[in-house]
Amino acid sequence: MYNEKVIEVFRNPKNVGEIENPDGIGTVGNASCGDIMQITLRIENDIITDAKFKTFGCTAAIATSSTATEMVKGMTIEEALKVTNKKVVEVLGGLPSQKLHCSVLAEEAIKKAIEDYKSKKQG
Amino acid sequence: MIKTPIYIDHAATTPLCPEALEAMSPYFTQIFGNPNSQHVFGRESVKAVDEARDKIAKFIGCKPNELYFTSGGSEADNWALKGIAHAYKEKGKHIIISPIEHAAMLSTAKVLTKEGFEVEYMKVDDEGFIDLDHLSSIMRKDTILVGCMLANNEVGTIEPIKRMAQIAHEFGAFAFTDAVQAAGVLDINVTELGVDLMSMSAHKIYGPKGVGALYVRNGVKINNLISGGHQERTKRGGTTNVPGIVGFAKAFEIAMAEREANFNYVSSLRDRFINRILSEMKYVKLNGPKDLTKRLPANADFSFEFIEGESILFSLDLAGIAVSSGSACSSGSLEPSHVLLSLGVPEELAHGSIRFSFGKHNTIEEVDYTVEQIKSAVEKLRAMSPLFNAKGEIKNV
Repeated sequence: MYNEKVIEVFRNPKNVGEIENPDGIGTVGNASCGDIMQITLRIENDIITDAKFKTFGCTAAIATSSTATEMVKGMTIEEALKVTNKKVVEVLGGLPSQKLHCSVLAEEAIKKAIEDYKSKKQG
Repeated sequence: MIKTPIYIDHAATTPLCPEALEAMSPYFTQIFGNPNSQHVFGRESVKAVDEARDKIAKFIGCKPNELYFTSGGSEADNWALKGIAHAYKEKGKHIIISPIEHAAMLSTAKVLTKEGFEVEYMKVDDEGFIDLDHLSSIMRKDTILVGCMLANNEVGTIEPIKRMAQIAHEFGAFAFTDAVQAAGVLDINVTELGVDLMSMSAHKIYGPKGVGALYVRNGVKINNLISGGHQERTKRGGTTNVPGIVGFAKAFEIAMAEREANFNYVSSLRDRFINRILSEMKYVKLNGPKDLTKRLPANADFSFEFIEGESILFSLDLAGIAVSSGSACSSGSLEPSHVLLSLGVPEELAHGSIRFSFGKHNTIEEVDYTVEQIKSAVEKLRAMSPLFNAKGEIKNV
């Protein structure tokens, strides 16, 4: 049911882990729903220089976490805010329809991590 | 090098045994008559179906005319519940089942509730055993049916159905059991169990898919689920699935002949598997009875903490091992396994559950290979989990 690309990303996910003292951190989901995604960002001059993820979730959640972190690296925060779950799924070449909701977390986690960065900067 | 894929999902279905395939074969092309036909073609098919019915009746200790063939376990479950409810609605509208039934029962119960029946659920303990004291306390004089699986499909709990039936009868209700996982595996006799209705399925015991049966004790009224012609003594319409029924009986015959040997062999594989997982892995919980003699011989069900079941299932699939999961993400629903939740397993652990069900063709080498693959898949997924840090310690998020 998963395509080759999703399987490849799941087998060899990129950016697994946690950035120490991140400039932005976003955690979404909860264990009772079966998925939690945590994204940590290193941001310099509003440009994302590094992104890492830790995910408790299904194959699709892990594959979208890896892909989303790959996509936002090198982006400005404004560009990264425009990364939707639809775009992540496109890069993966599609997900089974019942798995589309698993990709929403990636978009939400990135947005939350950027908000965290912005609020820290203001504060 | 071990041969993959390895099938450890026998509670989902089993491969057809060669003996059943051979027995069925002539009934597709040569002896193809409709048993309802009055000519020689029909008579030959009637003979085959009668022989199959006699055989299965003998195995479960009932009379041949108490056995009705169906399209499988789900139809038999639907029929038992709806058929009794509709036949006895004047007597009462109260039905009691367990909360850990197959979806065929739970969904049917919901339909009946909408029709005005009152369905109540008996409590189960943390190993999945029904609470008989609770059952006694909720029995009423308008209770018409009490039903529970003989052995649970997910956690393997073998239920005290004989006692359940006694309690049902004390209150004048009928007793039903879904023996889909148990028939051909445990020694089952409907008189010994004291049940009035029992459902079975062929494909769980190396028989063909699409055929099952419902036992209905003589004297019990049951309304039709499928109206039609004169098939099954007018109780179940639809042209008789002759090859399926022949295959069912042959598979049952083989299962009974091999029963003790298979029981001992399969439980030895399962016991080795459970012992290795529990002794070699951390943060793993066995769901269902801890006393392994109180669960189906093939069944092992684990929750792997801090990770999600579908990703474990898929990792094992990539390693060539076929299992099933109680996580919401594998079933396509939003809720994890209703069985595990009913046992009081917390949601996050229910999401991380995997069911392993062994079969007569599995080997010790396959068990050991599976254990190693589970260890590496779980380690890799835990390394990705926000609930588990790099030192392997539990982390609160």
